[in-house]
Amino acid sequence: MSVEPEAPTWTGRVRDAGVAMLPPDKLLPDTQPVYVASWVYVFGVLSLAAFIVILVSGAVIALAGPTWWHTSSVGHFVNSTHLWSTELFFFFMVVHLWGKFFMSAWRGRRAMTWITGAIAFLVSIGTAFTGYLSQQNFDSQWIGGQAKDGLNAAGIGSFFNVLNFGQMLLWHVVLLPLFVGILIAGHVLLVRRRGVVPPMPIDGKNE
Amino acid sequence: MSAADYPLAPDPRVEWQGAKRRYDLVKEAVLALVAVSLLTVLLALVFSSPDDKPVTIANWAAVAPKDFVATALSELDGTSGVATYGPPYTHVAGAGQNIIGGLSIQRALGVQIPIDPARAFVLGPLAIPAQTDPTLAQALLAWNRATPAARMAWATRYAKAVDQGAVVGRLNLSPTDYGPVPTLMANLLVMARSGGLDGALNQTGQFYQTNFTKALLFLADGSYLEARASQQNLLGSQWGMMNETGNFPGQAWLWLYTFWYQVPPFSTSENADAQIWGIMGILSLLFILLPFIPGVRSIPKWIPVYKLIWRDYYRTARQANAP
Repeated sequence: MSVEPEAPTWTGRVRDAGVAMLPPDKLLPDTQPVYVASWVYVFGVLSLAAFIVILVSGAVIALAGPTWWHTSSVGHFVNSTHLWSTELFFFFMVVHLWGKFFMSAWRGRRAMTWITGAIAFLVSIGTAFTGYLSQQNFDSQWIGGQAKDGLNAAGIGSFFNVLNFGQMLLWHVVLLPLFVGILIAGHVLLVRRRGVVPPMPIDGKNE
Repeated sequence: MSAADYPLAPDPRVEWQGAKRRYDLVKEAVLALVAVSLLTVLLALVFSSPDDKPVTIANWAAVAPKDFVATALSELDGTSGVATYGPPYTHVAGAGQNIIGGLSIQRALGVQIPIDPARAFVLGPLAIPAQTDPTLAQALLAWNRATPAARMAWATRYAKAVDQGAVVGRLNLSPTDYGPVPTLMANLLVMARSGGLDGALNQTGQFYQTNFTKALLFLADGSYLEARASQQNLLGSQWGMMNETGNFPGQAWLWLYTFWYQVPPFSTSENADAQIWGIMGILSLLFILLPFIPGVRSIPKWIPVYKLIWRDYYRTARQANAP
């Protein structure tokens, strides 16, 4: 009995497009060009690792609720890991950013890789900021009072109210991390698709 | 080792066809995760994290009653920071910062979080104890029935008396000069010290509360919160937005944003917030679109850090391409 050819399904089309765009050996290669041999390359993956530690420590705080860390020594320790992984995340990300800048890493149709990384950096600043607002301590009170003027002056304060704890907490634990996660995922997939940018000519041409 | 494996000027637009080496991405990611996790735990154990208790209205009224009453009076007579703020809180003609010239997004969007300071911070909360206190109920009625001119005169005289050292809460001040203001202020102070005002300011008619806008605006109108922030080097003029309480690192990544507040003309401009947000918006856009900006995108050529990053490759490439 012969099987009649059927029209391709949406699922099949998505799979075929995905595999064509990023075949498995390109998505997870076990070789790299020889020029990928500097400590500066490590800061990309260190940023990713710090982001995962932030998510895990934040998730542990979420398990017990936002007030837990004020009343429990274990909670306070978990909050400390959340703070320090955030500091490390930004440190690694800034070194990664400067490294990629000095490599002109946007060369060869890699502008979108730079753009997704730059937006991820800016959205990360917003994510950390809402975290400071969600601490429920003196720092949150003061930062909220100060920040409202800038946001109001820019027109953002009308719908993004830094004095509304519930709103800021939800932006911090749901919306912004999701956005950062999507941007980081897109950024990494673009790196895998285009490959690591090769060295600039020694004379600096071919920008 | 051939010249094809190590091109001197590789084309970044085509897939790399030169020499490759074994590279275990998954192993690198796992090791990075372990290393960062351990470093995080170490930093958390050694340095911990700050958690200064929040200021409460009760705390404020107990420690700085004069500042508390002066602030409440300014809410009552419409001279407070919130009362004169404009959008998004209050309707004040012309209030709101301009980004450039007379252009104000703040004014264009209007009042989106409406607050009536006198009602929100003083009269509304006092209506709760007034249900069981006829004297207070009478004072509220007298205030509500008075003309705006009479209210302003009472409040101004009372503010002056408090400023000159009158005992806050003293009730035997002449009703002719001060109207019901001494009664209102004395009761508000008692309510605040008991913690009742903290609850009253946060109530929105719902059982569950997550919005602290009113209480934070009221606190910000006083001097007590700012005095505490000053002690912790958190004021705007002290690079405050990027600092943290105590000796902890704060949001160091906000250094550029905070920088503008320290220098003229922004350090003295009435429109500093709007102007700085405008500047940061433009700079952020330039940062995102950097690959397309002539000149800026060529800086890496002029500051040859890349020669350091790829020094091993260049050394081998020179040898492979030597005649």
